[in-house]
Amino acid sequence: MTKEMNLEDRFQNYVDGENKVEPKDWMPEKYRKTLIRQISQHAHSEVVGMLPEANWITRAPSLRRKIALLAKVQDEAGHGLYLYSAAETLGADRQDLVADLLSGKAKYSSIFNYPTPTWADMGAIGWLVDGAAIANQVMLCRTSYGPYARAMVRICKEESFHQRQGYEITMTLAKGTPAQKKLAQDALNRWWWPSIMMFGPSDDNSPNSAQSMQWKIKRKSNDELRQEFIDKTVPQAEYLGLTIPDPDLKWNEETGHYNYGEIDWEEFYNVIKGNGKCNKQRLEARNKAHDEGAWVREAANAYAEKQAARKKNETHAA
Amino acid sequence: MNKELLEYTLRLGDNALILGQRLAEWCGHGPILEQDIALSNIALDHLGQARMLLNYAAEQQGEGFTEDKVAFFRDVFEYHNLLILELENGDWGKTICRQFLFDTFNYFLYTDLLQSKDETIRSVAQKAIKEISYHAQWSAEWLIRLGDGTEESHTRVQSSLNDLWEWTGEMLTPDAVDDAMLEAGIGADLNSIKERWHQKVDQILELAKLEKPSGEWMQSGGKQGDHTEYLGFVLAEMQHIPRMHPEAKW
Repeated sequence: MTKEMNLEDRFQNYVDGENKVEPKDWMPEKYRKTLIRQISQHAHSEVVGMLPEANWITRAPSLRRKIALLAKVQDEAGHGLYLYSAAETLGADRQDLVADLLSGKAKYSSIFNYPTPTWADMGAIGWLVDGAAIANQVMLCRTSYGPYARAMVRICKEESFHQRQGYEITMTLAKGTPAQKKLAQDALNRWWWPSIMMFGPSDDNSPNSAQSMQWKIKRKSNDELRQEFIDKTVPQAEYLGLTIPDPDLKWNEETGHYNYGEIDWEEFYNVIKGNGKCNKQRLEARNKAHDEGAWVREAANAYAEKQAARKKNETHAA
Repeated sequence: MNKELLEYTLRLGDNALILGQRLAEWCGHGPILEQDIALSNIALDHLGQARMLLNYAAEQQGEGFTEDKVAFFRDVFEYHNLLILELENGDWGKTICRQFLFDTFNYFLYTDLLQSKDETIRSVAQKAIKEISYHAQWSAEWLIRLGDGTEESHTRVQSSLNDLWEWTGEMLTPDAVDDAMLEAGIGADLNSIKERWHQKVDQILELAKLEKPSGEWMQSGGKQGDHTEYLGFVLAEMQHIPRMHPEAKW
């Protein structure tokens, strides 16, 4: 017990000294578990997050947009891969993690349970959802677990490109025909509140935050990140001539930040609980891909085994 | 305007566009994340080639034409892609099978187009040949893996091969446009490609432990604009937004 305590103190000192924790270092079991949960949720979010945008690849309104969107969704698959690898450095197994996603046991970002009914949603997701994700991910580039921090550096580069792309789609619509402008405003109306909810509940209602902050997994509170995002995004909306659907949104000279209206946390928890428009659809799509891919994965394994056996025989014969 | 050159350009461009569009349907739904990424890459290559070629088709038609006008404002009978490319994807095995049959053809076609006397087509071929070689290698490897994998994968992929066989004829059969382009030194010689294609297909099918289908009846018409029922749905999905807002820029 005492020895364990000592190790924990030493770990805390190590982290406090801004050192990165690496896979083979000793770490508290709860640190490991917290990270596996967080990194795998993040990986699942990337993979499930492919779906609402993949929904529009075949319908993108120009060839240039089609290619950019497909490349973007493909990047997200790549992010999923890096993150599953980062989780595996903590001793987790990718297949188990995926099984937890498919059974509904593991969570992913609730934002992807909202539907993408119009093309303007491709703009709003890039601009707002990726924008909110970046606020969080920039912070995670300095997270205390080395492999996670390094994965984040790569991911952030691509994400900021995605965000610019999303903003540019929205700008094209906002400066386009009246019908296009209406599409852009409608998408902003639907995505604004879910985006600012992405940072999670307020600090006093966020059970894991304090410990994560202490271990420097997390370095800013949910409310701080949310405020940063709002402060950055409001002028962007103004530039586009679009209206953020919050009547209480107001610049506060004293604090140097925007005040914003009350967040409807009931909606947030309701979607997390499974009542969003697309919760079932998203999980069904992942399960369908997995189930229908089973024979392909089995065949690839069987072939690899046959090849290995053939090679062995050849070596023996020689 | 050279009518044959325009149609030849559209055939190349439409092949790339319709196949890219079909493959993009897999994005987010592949059997394994790594292969989801690989297939999206291939779709991206085709869509990139489609842009270059449809842009060239637009140039040939003159003022007011753009790659997007060519892609989004033509109807079924004005499309000139091969029929095999507009068929539904089916399961992963069927998609792989179609890729293999087409990629092998496309590899020999673009190898020959490196010698085209048309500067734009030649430069597209120079840009695309590396990608197309990789596609042919990737789909051949997957066909072997599935053919020589499990009993189920073998049965599935053999049945897809049998289904797809009748759609392979038109890519290897020259018509008047192919003849004119060959004569002009712009297009490829399909009779020569046919021989090389059969040789390669035989070689890979043997490695994949698959039987070459014996059916002799071959469908045709795609190159000339005579399509299956599938293409209308592909175009409806692809074109509806720009057609709903014909004045808009995206």
